[in-house]
Amino acid sequence: MVYFLQQTLNALQLGSLYALIALGYTMVYGILRLINFAHGDLFMVGAFAAFGIAAWLGWPFVPTLLLSMAAVAALGVLIERLAYKPLRQAPKMSAVITALGVGIFLEHLMLVFNPYPRHMPELMPVHLWTVGRLSLSSHQVLIIGLSLVLMLILDWVVMRTKLGLAMRAIAWNGRIVPLMGVPVNRVISATFAMGAALGAAAGTLYAMAYPVIDPYMGVLVGWKAFIAAVVGGIGNVRGAVLGGFILAGVEIGVAAFLPTTYRDFISFGLLLVLLVVRPHGLLGRPRLEKV
Amino acid sequence: MSLLEVEHITQHFGGLCAVSDFSLRLEPGELVGLIGPNGAGKTTVFNIMTGVYRPTSGRIHLDGEDLVGLSPSAIHARGLARTFQNIRLFKKMTVLDNVRLARYARLGYNPLEALFHVGRFRAEELKILEHARSLLALFHLEDAAGERAENLPYGLQRKLEIIRALASQPRILLLDEPAAGMNPPEIEELMAFIQRIRKEFALTILLIEHQMRLVMGICDRLVVLDFGATIAEGLPHEIQKHPQVLQAYLGVEVGE
Amino acid sequence: MKMRWMIGVLLLAGFALSWAVPHFGWLDPYILLVLMYLGINIILTASLNLVNGYMGEFSVGHAGFMAVGAYVSSVLTVNLFPVTGAVFLFPVAVVGGGLAASLAGLLVSIPSFRTRGDYLAIVTLAFGMIVKSALENIESVGGPRGFMGMEQLTTLPWVYVWVVVTIWILRNLVFSKYGRGMAAIREDEVACDLCGVHTRRVKISAFVVSAFFAGVAGGLYAHVLQFINPRMFDILKSTEILIMVYLGGMASLGGSILGASIYTIAMELLREQGAWRMVLMPLLLILLMLFRPRGLFGLREFPWLVPLRDLVLLRPVKKQKEKTHVPAGS
Repeated sequence: MVYFLQQTLNALQLGSLYALIALGYTMVYGILRLINFAHGDLFMVGAFAAFGIAAWLGWPFVPTLLLSMAAVAALGVLIERLAYKPLRQAPKMSAVITALGVGIFLEHLMLVFNPYPRHMPELMPVHLWTVGRLSLSSHQVLIIGLSLVLMLILDWVVMRTKLGLAMRAIAWNGRIVPLMGVPVNRVISATFAMGAALGAAAGTLYAMAYPVIDPYMGVLVGWKAFIAAVVGGIGNVRGAVLGGFILAGVEIGVAAFLPTTYRDFISFGLLLVLLVVRPHGLLGRPRLEKV
Repeated sequence: MSLLEVEHITQHFGGLCAVSDFSLRLEPGELVGLIGPNGAGKTTVFNIMTGVYRPTSGRIHLDGEDLVGLSPSAIHARGLARTFQNIRLFKKMTVLDNVRLARYARLGYNPLEALFHVGRFRAEELKILEHARSLLALFHLEDAAGERAENLPYGLQRKLEIIRALASQPRILLLDEPAAGMNPPEIEELMAFIQRIRKEFALTILLIEHQMRLVMGICDRLVVLDFGATIAEGLPHEIQKHPQVLQAYLGVEVGE
Repeated sequence: MKMRWMIGVLLLAGFALSWAVPHFGWLDPYILLVLMYLGINIILTASLNLVNGYMGEFSVGHAGFMAVGAYVSSVLTVNLFPVTGAVFLFPVAVVGGGLAASLAGLLVSIPSFRTRGDYLAIVTLAFGMIVKSALENIESVGGPRGFMGMEQLTTLPWVYVWVVVTIWILRNLVFSKYGRGMAAIREDEVACDLCGVHTRRVKISAFVVSAFFAGVAGGLYAHVLQFINPRMFDILKSTEILIMVYLGGMASLGGSILGASIYTIAMELLREQGAWRMVLMPLLLILLMLFRPRGLFGLREFPWLVPLRDLVLLRPVKKQKEKTHVPAGS
């Protein structure tokens, strides 16, 4: 029982991080129908930004987090403007390939300056509470709590604000919305900024929880988050969160019974099975083609 | 027995009833027009007949064989070819390849023969090349054979789509708004074209159209659809005066 | 077109050269190695182009098929074949690797019946990840540490032969009803189905053939390097193949040859730049997509790669005697 609770906590922590990253994938996909393969690397840049700020400026947690989020948001918008926007009318695969290229570019640019893994300095002291054999660290509370707050803010923005309304409208039908006076470019930029900021938050939190960071860290975590977004139904904000927690639950569950090397095998297998059974994900809506 | 018998077709999409209890018989050599206001379910009828949708209930018999449940390609192989409301050519393929593609099912060689270009491959390919070429020549398109379909002018694209449908030597041709986007002289030409292929290819044709000029000019018989149900059926001049048709099209009250 | 027989002569001359160059030591061993990688990359690029370019799907798991071929052929030459006969049985091992990969291709083609576009891309991605993860868990082939013990059986003439065979067979397939079916699926799958094309069969043939040659490339690769591990066949490898495909151009075998050659040589020239090499490579790709999204040679083909039958009609000789006028709009 204690073991189960402990694993549940771990799953919640991992799930929060997956969900934060998955949100970035799903928002961009919802609005542009583009799998932003570079998103996992924005997460990595977020972690490195936090590392840089903490190591060289020595700032504490809150300003570090905010600056990292702001910087990566700017980077996300910049990438969109320079690399994706000119391709909006081009065949869709051009944009997807560009996204792959941007991802590799970010990874290796970072690798030039960080050829060896970096050790993240401690942003705040870790408290460890133990109840019987169950232990809970302040980092876990912070990660889960902060992720939930960010997700709630995002949900509020998407569901309750004018910007969110415009986002949902573009996701629904991107051709008509500009005719109604919605500043599409600004909405798209805002989407990228929000997605990237959430990715950076995840990166910062991740670096606190697992303090050895390297430029390739975004690859596998990014793909996992992407799976989470697909499992939940890509394009669906709540689905991304659901998918993140499900994936984390499965991974932690697998790791509890099998050698950890099976973890990726099972999670990707799960993805395949789900795609065959329910191609549009758990909360996604199938798109019908008109003949 | 009729060539094609559509019996009591009903199609629900969720709660929406797109087609209800639709029946139609096509006699060999007939040219029948399927008309009705926008959203009446005409294209849905085509989609059901060609196997894109499986009807909720009802049967379709071609020469006594039931078509319901067959895949689109299987129905195509039994002699039902169609065109589309919004032209659906293979844009980046050549005119020639658009036509050759339609004979896919009639090319009698297997993947292994294709991989090594041996066995029946050469003879079969030569045969369809000649066939496609002569078909294009028949409609003065042979010089455009190497052109990409997307580079053809609009009118020719419409025509090529019909030629593509003809390439499979269908028994029944379904034309979905062939005159869409055409001006009166072009429609005149299209009418002549349809009459011509009907005769030369011994076709039975069912066409969806909004252009009354075309429908009245060439159809033997008309079927009027509104809200998924047949509201009238008969000769063109009868339909013109049919009260329910006038109501559906013009909103005129019956009996007024 | 009367010069067709020249192609045969050139191919034979090329083979003689591929044998003579290493035999008489005309080139630096390093350059020979690069040439072998170049050939392997051509096979990978052309085979992926079948699915991604001709059929217009977006497969991101090509390295997975390559891995299957590499491992199966290596196990065959190291563990199953007698030591003395290994040299002669090498083609059997490569074909065996290719067949195993095509079996995997068959599996991946099944989801393609129902999904396409982004979702199929995800399926292929997951496939690639699963292969890598599965290999890491199979201890008998070394797990994450990798597998070794292969002799360097891949030689320049072998690579040359396989490149020629790959391009020839892919060309045959592309210029057949299956190839036209693939292009039609790319353009409009529903219309393709309604034109009587057995789309499932076409998809299976594309995936199976594409995977076969990826497996062949994997077998050749393993027997150049003499050491393989699962990390070699990760997403970065798949991306690299994608870059070569789109650099050369979609739906073009000539483009694939160009793309693979330019990329391989450029990467070797940039080797001195060290870490910056992999920064420049994606930058190149992004610029390419921005300014020439169809690649260098997309949707075009060298005439010598087109069968005469198709060539005659695609390049109509302008008729001099009667001007057949195509009336616009008729």
